[in-house]
Amino acid sequence: MNFYFCRKSIFMEIITHTWHWAISGFLIGIVMLLLNYFGKVFGMSSNLRSLCSMTGVGKRVPFFDWDWKSQRWNLVVVLGAMLGGYIAVHFLSDASNVAINPKTIEQLAALHIDAPNGRLLPDALFGDAIFQSPKMILILIIGGVLIGFGSRYAGGCTSGHAISGMSNLQIPSLKAVIGFFVGGLIMAHFILPLIF
Amino acid sequence: MKAIKYLLVGLFFGIVLTKCEAVSWYRIYEMFQFQSFHMYGIIMVAILTGIVGLQIIKRKEVKDIKGNPIVIQDKEKGSVRYWIGGLIFGLGWAMVGACPGPIFILIGAGFMSVGLILFGAVLGTFLYGVIKDKLPH
Repeated sequence: MNFYFCRKSIFMEIITHTWHWAISGFLIGIVMLLLNYFGKVFGMSSNLRSLCSMTGVGKRVPFFDWDWKSQRWNLVVVLGAMLGGYIAVHFLSDASNVAINPKTIEQLAALHIDAPNGRLLPDALFGDAIFQSPKMILILIIGGVLIGFGSRYAGGCTSGHAISGMSNLQIPSLKAVIGFFVGGLIMAHFILPLIF
Repeated sequence: MKAIKYLLVGLFFGIVLTKCEAVSWYRIYEMFQFQSFHMYGIIMVAILTGIVGLQIIKRKEVKDIKGNPIVIQDKEKGSVRYWIGGLIFGLGWAMVGACPGPIFILIGAGFMSVGLILFGAVLGTFLYGVIKDKLPH
């Protein structure tokens, strides 16, 4: 019995620690290939278009007048992913998680952003107190607008272009991914320090 | 019953993305500061796995679950939309440290404030749909 529990705890320890990038990357590749095997294409941002279309706005804006019902499978993937996030955060996490570079933590402290201590998101940006700060509310909404607008303009996001498109050796996806990183670097190095 | 396989793939995706911390604002910040290889490793291995898998699918003419050939459409040709759209997306990605998949995963995990990002993302998608024809593609 003791041996059994000992083995189990080692297993749980592996699961609750941060998963290695090589294993995780491989598993994400498998997710994409599984969807291909189901006759579908991996891409998360098109769900945002479906959400718009579900409101019936397609009657006024032709872009949303499309067969979104054929994309319902993707909304089911999203539902599963949300459930997966819930399970992973509530049952498969421990205090050793999100062990980022100490230099990054120092840099964040200078911006008054709290260290992870095992959590995925900083309180300074995502804690309950932000609902009292119009500035923080605005930052999250504007960030979302850029993500939604940009991914539809580019025709895909990190999943659709960086994973699906690049795996299929698509030059348009390479352009989009270079755009993602140029935009990200501009924000992280020049704009974020001005905001915080 | 057909839907259950999508639910399971999604569940698996949500757990992997959370456990490798690709959904973490901290990891995205660290990546853009070039202070860790972690995120670059994840993205590169995912692409490599995808390339090898798709080459096998193409060369062995693997059929999908219904027995149809697996055909993955090429992305539309073009440049402006990919450069500019990509750049705008990147600005948002680094600003709030989340892309569309993680937005949903984090809300599922119970981070209510991420709902604001989702609200913005739906709004941004709507905005694109409205002014699409006036934009260079």
